[in-house]
Amino acid sequence: MGYPHPSHPKETVVLSQYFGDAEARSYDGWMKRGGYAALRKALGMTREAIVEEVKASGLRGRGGAGFPTGLKWSFMPKEATRPHYLVCNADESEPGTFKDREIMRWTPHSLIEGCAIAAYAIGAERCYIYIRGEFTDPLRIMSAAVEEAYARGALGADAFGSGQRVDMVLHRGAGAYICGEETAMMNSIEGKRGNPRIKPPFPAAAGLFGMPTTINNVETLTAVPHIINRGAAWYKGLCLGNPKSTGTKLISICGHVQRPGNYEVTMGTPLKDILYDMAGGPKPGRTFKAVIPGGSSVPIMTREEAEAALFDYEGIVEQGSMLGSAGMIVMDDTTDMVYQIWRLARFYAHESCAQCTQCREGTAWTTKIMERILAGKGKQEDFQLLLDLAENMTGKTICVLSDSCAAPVVSGIQKFRSEFEAYIAGAREPALAAV
Amino acid sequence: MTPHSAHGGHGTVTPPHEPVFVGETRAKLERLFALYPTKQACLLPALWMVQEVRGWISETAIGEVAEALALTPAYVKGVVTFYTMYHTHPVGRHFIQVCTTSPCNICGAEDVVKALLRATGCGELGATSPDGRFTVTEVECLGACGFATPVLVDDDFIESVTPEQVPGILQRYP
Repeated sequence: MGYPHPSHPKETVVLSQYFGDAEARSYDGWMKRGGYAALRKALGMTREAIVEEVKASGLRGRGGAGFPTGLKWSFMPKEATRPHYLVCNADESEPGTFKDREIMRWTPHSLIEGCAIAAYAIGAERCYIYIRGEFTDPLRIMSAAVEEAYARGALGADAFGSGQRVDMVLHRGAGAYICGEETAMMNSIEGKRGNPRIKPPFPAAAGLFGMPTTINNVETLTAVPHIINRGAAWYKGLCLGNPKSTGTKLISICGHVQRPGNYEVTMGTPLKDILYDMAGGPKPGRTFKAVIPGGSSVPIMTREEAEAALFDYEGIVEQGSMLGSAGMIVMDDTTDMVYQIWRLARFYAHESCAQCTQCREGTAWTTKIMERILAGKGKQEDFQLLLDLAENMTGKTICVLSDSCAAPVVSGIQKFRSEFEAYIAGAREPALAAV
Repeated sequence: MTPHSAHGGHGTVTPPHEPVFVGETRAKLERLFALYPTKQACLLPALWMVQEVRGWISETAIGEVAEALALTPAYVKGVVTFYTMYHTHPVGRHFIQVCTTSPCNICGAEDVVKALLRATGCGELGATSPDGRFTVTEVECLGACGFATPVLVDDDFIESVTPEQVPGILQRYP
C-alpha cells in the first residue's frame, strides 16, 4: 500500500499489506495474519523443491540487479561438508529508495520468515542480516522480532521441530553506501573495510568467510513466503504481458510529487499511472521535468520517456534507463538539473571506497568540474571532459559505483544540455561560490 | 574553544584510560564470539560498543579493541576510519545527522541544515556547539527519501523535518 497513504486501487498489495499496522510487528500479530505458515510448509519440502518453486515464480532480485533468485540459489553447492551462509542485504542506501526500511519497520517477521526459508533452501544454518547503521528503528524492531522468533521456536537449533537449525544474526553497518555491494558487505561482516572484491570467485563458490554464500535483498526475501504459500504459478501470473518480469514490486517514490511513499504494483504497470494516479502527480502549478526511476545510479529519464514507460525490468530499459531498486526520484520544473547532478556526483565521490583509480579520481574530478560549472567558471570543453571521464568510469572497475556516478552525468548532459550551457555562458547566476 | 574540544559524548564521561571491556561489556563481547566463526568479525560490533560507552573511539580504545580481537591497532584504525558513523574525536552530547542527498536536497534539506546550524550554535558542519551540547553533520542518504528531510538525533530517527520545526525538536535534547 502507498504507505504512509491509503492503498490506491491501481496497486497490487502483497508485501506491503500490513505497512502502518503496528500489531503485525509482534509474533502473535504476525501469526494472526497467516505468518510462519510458509516456513512450516517449506521445512516439510526438499531444498530442491523450494529452489524449483522460486525459479518457476520468475522472482528476480529486488535490490537493483534483477538477477533470477531461484537461479542464484541453485549455484550453491549441494554438499554439506562446509558451512553455507545466507546474507540478507538490508543496507538500503541507494538515494531514492526506502522500501526495505518499511518492510523491517512494519513486518519484521515477514523478513525473518523469508530469510529462514532461503537459508534452509541453500543449506545454510546461519543467516546474517546486514542492516545499515543509520536505520535505528528497523534495527530495534528487527532485534525484538528475532528474539521473539527464537523464543517461539521459529528459529534456533530445531526450527519448528523440523530438526533444521536456522540461526539469525543482525549485523549493524556503520555508515558506508558501498557496503550495499554484496562483496563489500561480506568484507564488512568479516570485520574489514568495505572494499568490494574482485569476482570471480563468486559468493556461491567462496563468499562470507570463504564459504559458499548467497546474498539477497530484503524485498526479494520477503516475497519468498508468499511464493511458497500461494505457489509459483500465482506469482508468475502477477505480470502484465512481459513474462520476464513477474510479481509485485515496491516502488519508493519521492521528490516533487504530491504523495511520496511506497506503492506496490504488478510488474508492467504504466509508469504514468504510478506518477500521476498513485503519487498524485506534480504539486499545484508545476510540471514534471525528470524522473530517476531506479535509485540514483541509473540514467535520468525525461518526463516524456517516463510517461511512455511500462514499469518492469525491460520496460524501463526500453525508455533508456533501468529499474534498479525502483527508488524513484521525481523532479519538477523548478529543479536545477546541473545542481542536482553535481549533488549526485558528490554523493558518489563521498561514498567511493577509493580502491580503484577510475572511481577514486573520476568521482572526485567529476564533482570538481561540476562545481566549476555551477560557479560560472565552466568552459565548453567541460562537456567533453565530463564525457571522457564518464567513459573511463564505466565498466572498468571492481564494482559499479563509478558507473553509477557516470550514469546521471552522461544522461544529464544528453537530456538537459541547455541547463549546463546557461551556466557556462553566464546566462544563469552561479549557484556555487568559485573555489 | 576549538570545535572539537568540547568533551563528552553520549551520557556520562569516563576517563579515557579506563578499559571499556570490563564487566557486562566484556561479557557482551564474549557472547558475540559465538555468533561469528572469527573474532575479527566482531570488530564492527565491538566498535559500536566502545562508542556506546564512551561516545567516541579514542586511540586507546582502538588499542583495547585490537587486543580483545587479536588484531593490530593499525588494522583496527583502518577499519574505524572507513566508516562514517564511528567518531574518532569527541562530539557533542547530541549528535545530529541531516540528509542532504538529492531527493532531500530538492525538497529543501539545505534550509534544514541552515536552521540546525543556527539553532544549535554549531556555526559549521562537523563542529560542536560551544556549550558541548550538539554536533551537526551532513550525511549522505538516510534512506527515508519519502519523508524529506529526515534528521537523526542520536538514535532518534525524525521524519519530514522542516526548518520551522527545528527549535522545537532541539528542546527535547538538553
